Amino acid sequence: MSTVTGTPDRTSGTPAAPSDAPAGADTARLLRWWPAAVLVVLIVAPYSALPLPGLLDGPVGSAGSLQLLATCLLFGALATGYDLLLGRTGLLSFGHALYFAAGSYATNTIMLEAGLPFAVSALVGVCFGIALALVLGSVSLRVTGIGFSMVTLAFAQAGSILVSRNPGGFTGGEEGRAAPAELLPSGLVGIEHTANLYWVALGYLVLTLAVVHWAVRSPTGRVWEGIKENERRVEVLGLRPYGFKLTAFVLAGALAALGGLVHLLLTGGSTPQTTTSDFTLSLLVMVVLGGSGTRWGPMVGGILYTWADHRLGDLAGSGAVADLPAVLRVPLSQPLFLLGVLFVAVVHLLPGGLARLPSRLGSALRAPRGTTGAGAAARKENRHS
Amino acid sequence: MSTVVLLAMTGLGLGALYFLIASGLSLIFGLMDVLNFAHGALLSIGAYGTWWAASGNLPGAGPGGAGFVLAVLFGTAVGTVAAVVLELAVVRPLYTRPREQVLATVGVGLAVPALLSGIWGSDALRFPGPEALSGTFSLLGAEIPVNRLVLIAAAVVVLVALRLFLGRTRHGLVVRAGVEDRAMVTALGIDVRKAFTLVFAIGGSAAALGGALGGLYFGSVDPRQGTSLLIFAFVVVVTGGMGSVTGAAAASVVIGLVQQFANYYTAAGLGDLAVVVLLAALLLVRPRGLTGRLA
Repeated sequence: MSTVTGTPDRTSGTPAAPSDAPAGADTARLLRWWPAAVLVVLIVAPYSALPLPGLLDGPVGSAGSLQLLATCLLFGALATGYDLLLGRTGLLSFGHALYFAAGSYATNTIMLEAGLPFAVSALVGVCFGIALALVLGSVSLRVTGIGFSMVTLAFAQAGSILVSRNPGGFTGGEEGRAAPAELLPSGLVGIEHTANLYWVALGYLVLTLAVVHWAVRSPTGRVWEGIKENERRVEVLGLRPYGFKLTAFVLAGALAALGGLVHLLLTGGSTPQTTTSDFTLSLLVMVVLGGSGTRWGPMVGGILYTWADHRLGDLAGSGAVADLPAVLRVPLSQPLFLLGVLFVAVVHLLPGGLARLPSRLGSALRAPRGTTGAGAAARKENRHS
Repeated sequence: MSTVVLLAMTGLGLGALYFLIASGLSLIFGLMDVLNFAHGALLSIGAYGTWWAASGNLPGAGPGGAGFVLAVLFGTAVGTVAAVVLELAVVRPLYTRPREQVLATVGVGLAVPALLSGIWGSDALRFPGPEALSGTFSLLGAEIPVNRLVLIAAAVVVLVALRLFLGRTRHGLVVRAGVEDRAMVTALGIDVRKAFTLVFAIGGSAAALGGALGGLYFGSVDPRQGTSLLIFAFVVVVTGGMGSVTGAAAASVVIGLVQQFANYYTAAGLGDLAVVVLLAALLLVRPRGLTGRLA
């Protein structure tokens, strides 16, 4: 532990400045504030009546668009939380859906069965999710590698089966269960309050980004990075990876449980689809699509995936695609097919995901200059020798 | 007594189906360290191929007699081709990146069921089968559906064929050696990648056969069938020890029987739960699986 906490100055250092800083230091400093600008735009979005044809069904501020945007933000945040395991610590968990569903179902069940107010139920529900992550994480992490993936998959599958079998009528089985509207805060119920739900989802995204950013820059986060690169070396340094991995697992589980709570508010109920292994796999796809282990990648992947999943089907139903021959129309009408193919393409052609796209394009543009210079000369030299 | 016999035969039939999926999965993982998430999709391709042929779309094939055999062969062939294409086009280019190989198969496992439901709809379709296989027969006082026997027989044939292939042929020797120590086989100057394509073809054909006969077992085909069976196949692979065909056979019998008996004698669904909990418990107690093979 001491070797890591002994260098706090490195952790508090400024974040990596853009590499093209010398061109204009002031511009670069201003450009570094782009997330704040995006955040302001997102905060005021519900007041906008701007139509985005193709991207959204109605104007930005309409209830339907806000609902879709809120779902996108929620999944952007969830993917960011999941990347804490996959991209930051190198743990391939197939059971993340369990903690998300735990937050949603526990809160909902406490409200429905015990009749407690929302705030209390939410607190207990999230604590339940955290406790579940702590218990199951401490067990799962006793095995490593693909074994860990399988154990987390088994636990999540057990949870999924439990939920769908509806023990004691608590979970509502295949139907799921609607949240009791009278117990929810009145400002978060009903279609006229969609903007509030949108802000809740946005708040959750900001919180997740902040927590993940803070966590990976903390001394513990540096050990996570070490575990991801080479677990044996971390052990040789005198650190026990188990505790650090468990910290990551519980933190990610807590964020997921909180996300389940937001999902409960957003959809007005708990659905068994959120417990399935497909749900975790879709998180995995989001993270890898956007760029695992990057700050913005998982968020971008989550937003893009959710948007595509909701909108591609609608677009396929609209005139332009419906007139195409069946060979083109059938694949285009299946969002999951397009996403699956896009995912395979990204894995093959774009290691590092969409987040690496700008730097890759940049290096591709710079490359021709490089080859005319020293590189080509050296290669020519090689060929002669 | 008759209930026990019926449950045992149904459990064995289910176990046979699991074995058809898990044998290929196990070989692929043992040889290549790739957990093939697209294996369920291969099963679905086999099931839909057989359904398509047996519905009268393929000349000569049909729902009865020799026509049905042809339909099953056609479905299996389509699944095998799909598996080979999967290996050559998706898995092979990522040879040096094992984790990305798994991710790519996840993508394929996502895309194929979506494509199938795009073409034939997401609802379950009635699976045509021969009259002779839709009846029942009496065994120790129990009326047992014939299709269970078909599945068990197919699984036994596949098991024997795989044992003979692995034990008696040169390619089988390469596969077995590759499972033991891939680096050493490569060092001896043998191109293991040919064996990769081979195990994908074998695994794909077994899974597609499972899909074709699974259509008989369930009486219908739907795009999600393969994916939902895949989880239990994972359980079988881990229980039997990854890379071991005999282990997978033993494990699939155990898992199929446990699932059926627990589902009947306790609350419905508890058998499925028991099986996944068994997987977790087993991995924690014996990370190397029942047969002690590398997990």
